[in-house]
Amino acid sequence: MNRQKISVWDVFMTFLVIGATSFGGGVVAYLRNALVTKKKWLDDKSFLELMSISNTLPGLNATNMSILAGDRVAGTTGSIAAMLGMCVPGFIFMTVAGVLYGAHGDRPLVTAALRGVAAAAVGLIAATWYQIGKKTVKGFYDALFIVLAVLGINHFKLSVPTVLLALGALSIFAHRPVTEHKPEEDSAWIRSLQ
Amino acid sequence: MDQIPAVARVFAYLSLLTIGGGMAAYPEMRTLVVDVHHWLTEAQLVHIYSIGQAAPGPNMMMVAAMGERISGLAGAVVAALAFFVPTGLLTFAVGRVWNRLANWPWRASIQNGLAPVAIGLAVAGLVTFGRGSITGWVTGAIGLAVFVVTMRTKINPALLILSGAVVGVVALR
Repeated sequence: MNRQKISVWDVFMTFLVIGATSFGGGVVAYLRNALVTKKKWLDDKSFLELMSISNTLPGLNATNMSILAGDRVAGTTGSIAAMLGMCVPGFIFMTVAGVLYGAHGDRPLVTAALRGVAAAAVGLIAATWYQIGKKTVKGFYDALFIVLAVLGINHFKLSVPTVLLALGALSIFAHRPVTEHKPEEDSAWIRSLQ
Repeated sequence: MDQIPAVARVFAYLSLLTIGGGMAAYPEMRTLVVDVHHWLTEAQLVHIYSIGQAAPGPNMMMVAAMGERISGLAGAVVAALAFFVPTGLLTFAVGRVWNRLANWPWRASIQNGLAPVAIGLAVAGLVTFGRGSITGWVTGAIGLAVFVVTMRTKINPALLILSGAVVGVVALR
């Protein structure tokens, strides 16, 4: 990438616009549109690579992707600028929301509206995870670990870190690297038996 | 103000559990914020979490609204910093070494292994969240309608959240 040409200010403004306009989430789609399609700072392959890092680590995709992409296009300061641009508008929005909620949250009308909002959020989050699940689940073990995580938390009332560490370790082991299998060795071994 | 150190601790801890997204940390967040520290009631937590789904930027920025409710503006700043900075530094560091791990065979194992656990934790978080928010047939119908519309159209989720508010005002008052 042509590092010199991308200014930290440009990075900040790009992420600030996304951070201020991505109402309702789905930040990753906004990021791809801005970074890959419009600005051409990243190609699709590097964008997907950053997504896979982002998904594996704790933290949200919106912020993890800002940090990784900002670093790729403009180094450490670019990373900080991208993170700030992404976070500041939402921070102001939610802080104001907190103040308003404190002042008016008890009114019956507001409570009724928020109960509707919460119910809508359930449908939205369920749809998001259903779509991710459909793409991710490949085979028996994946389905098993999903069911075990749900049972562990909702039925057996285990804590999130307990389930994360126990099932994470088991699942990584279930997906452990397969040792290189050379067909010649097999046939040589079979021949030695004959 | 005396809650500030606890806010910093709790939100930094919760951020480390957000593998695959914020929902994974929800059951632990509910336990700490509602049962342990009594900062919010479950209804208040559900409300603030839901408003966050409509906000621009990272949806877990709703930690700022929670911090604001607990300790005012200072609480908002501390909650946001505690939630986003530690995982941010980790991501930055791993981003720098990632390419050097390209030939490490366990890299793919960790990625593929954590993916189903992350989904399971998100579903578990959603079940916990749903128990606090789907409380009757009206809320159930709103949730189901939003699910179906999201699956079938590309409508902006913020509009669906807003529609939920309108239906709530009409039917849940």
